[in-house]
Amino acid sequence: MMTAMFGAVESGVIYAIMALGVYLSFRVLDFPDLTVDGSFVTGGAVASIMIVNGSDPFIATIVALFAGFLAGCVTGILHTKGGINPLLSGILMMIALYSINLRIMGKPNVPLLAEETVITKINGWFASEWSILLFMLLVTLVIKIVTDVFLKTEVGLSLRAVGDNEGMVRSFSANTGWMKVLGLGLSNALVAFSGALVAQYNGFNDVGMGIGMIVIGLASVIIGEAVVGHSSIARATLAVVIGAILYRMIVTLALRIEFLDTGDMKLITAIIVIIALVLPKVVDRQKAAARKKKRLQQLGGSSHA
Amino acid sequence: MLEMNQIFKVFYEGTPDEKIALNRVSLSMKPGDFVTVIGSNGAGKSTLMNVISGKLTPDMGTVTIDGTNMTSLAEHKRASKIGRVFQDPMAGTAPTMTIEENLALAYNRTKTRTLAFGVTKKRRDFYREKLEMLHLGLENRLQAKVGLLSGGERQALSLLMATFTDPKILLLDEHTAALDPSRAELITNLTKEIVDKLGLTTLMVTHNMQQALDLGNRLIMMDKGQIIFTANEAEKRRLTVEKLLAEFQKIKGGGGLSDRSLLS
Repeated sequence: MMTAMFGAVESGVIYAIMALGVYLSFRVLDFPDLTVDGSFVTGGAVASIMIVNGSDPFIATIVALFAGFLAGCVTGILHTKGGINPLLSGILMMIALYSINLRIMGKPNVPLLAEETVITKINGWFASEWSILLFMLLVTLVIKIVTDVFLKTEVGLSLRAVGDNEGMVRSFSANTGWMKVLGLGLSNALVAFSGALVAQYNGFNDVGMGIGMIVIGLASVIIGEAVVGHSSIARATLAVVIGAILYRMIVTLALRIEFLDTGDMKLITAIIVIIALVLPKVVDRQKAAARKKKRLQQLGGSSHA
Repeated sequence: MLEMNQIFKVFYEGTPDEKIALNRVSLSMKPGDFVTVIGSNGAGKSTLMNVISGKLTPDMGTVTIDGTNMTSLAEHKRASKIGRVFQDPMAGTAPTMTIEENLALAYNRTKTRTLAFGVTKKRRDFYREKLEMLHLGLENRLQAKVGLLSGGERQALSLLMATFTDPKILLLDEHTAALDPSRAELITNLTKEIVDKLGLTTLMVTHNMQQALDLGNRLIMMDKGQIIFTANEAEKRRLTVEKLLAEFQKIKGGGGLSDRSLLS
């Protein structure tokens, strides 16, 4: 049980980078970007093929990041220049990437178990069972802080304003189209980076491993916001990281239930998201009802007196 | 400062709904001119604003701002010369961002955006100083989210954001119409104060005739896509709401026009 939980936290930290990407598109840009399902695998595909062909795993992971950036930019261009609806441009790119990923990989599954990866390198440097977790936590926190800082720069501010009030930023001479392209590029860069690390962590890259990734990202964002809150940017990004870890822990716990097996993962994810979306509303409504009841009782009491 | 030459704009061309929104409208504004625009709904006032701001491209005619032909320049590209306040208090600000972040966005209207921080200590002092002009105490709430402000406060902030970087042209699109009378008066006074102080070339659309008479040095009346009446500084000073209504009736041939139909 403890080993399972440890693994959950470890992979949660890596998936948190993907969740930060989803936060950028979904929350900051207010753009429900389904490219994520494809670009996650693109990251893994680029990194694993480079590693198999003898590249340094760190360089391979960085190149994966750029590949994701490109994929996101294409989605952004489809939407802004092609005038395609946001959801549809993401779906189109996701489908296109499925084939592109197969082309990159050459086969549906690239094993990495015999290769030197970022994971084996770190394990070689620090011979401790904590090394992966601490290293990944460091990487994720650096990305989180860079994101926080970026969103406070002049460019970052206009990016946030695009998701908040697009007409207004345009009247302040920001090119909203290119802002969206940039935002989606950055978002998918993080997603692909995470995909590259997950492939190396799992020891293989599979063309189907991105299915439902956007929902996992959303689950992380929503769970995190419910638990940690999102009053400021720094807090919101922290919430996303914690949400991603919590999500992995919840799934691990759910899989302990006798009749559930790994095939039920996607169903569990969907149910978690539905609960995370519905539960806060139900709680609010009940709190409001309780307040109302209390007030009625107080009024009733005073009229008798 | 602003030259509009023979602007023609038609919507839904070739369909039964075809509507000529602007019919060869020409308007020339000198630096420091403050023109108020009145007219009933559908007269073409908003289309006029949108053609200047670049939201719409005219079918014919040219728009020249500060000596540059901007007829077909994209909205965000010409925005460096144009400040704009919208009718909806929600439209001019970003609600989930703080007051200082909104001001930082506006600050970049005339500059290229970089990876420098939008809010620095020096800039914060500058924002605070500008906010003091509004007399609303917003200078003490720099880190408050704009979504928490009232409609009047948001509109005052929008006005400040549109003007504090010295636009060549200020466009006010019924910017007091959505506010209660006392807030509307506050914004009207602020508009007067800021425009006077900065000497801004301003074009203001309004449905409030008294406001159209109180503000500005010129007045134009529009109807069916044309400018049907203009008053220069001297003429405008002598105008009253009654005289304006009578003028409108005379031009329209007295077609049973009431105050209500002009104002609604």
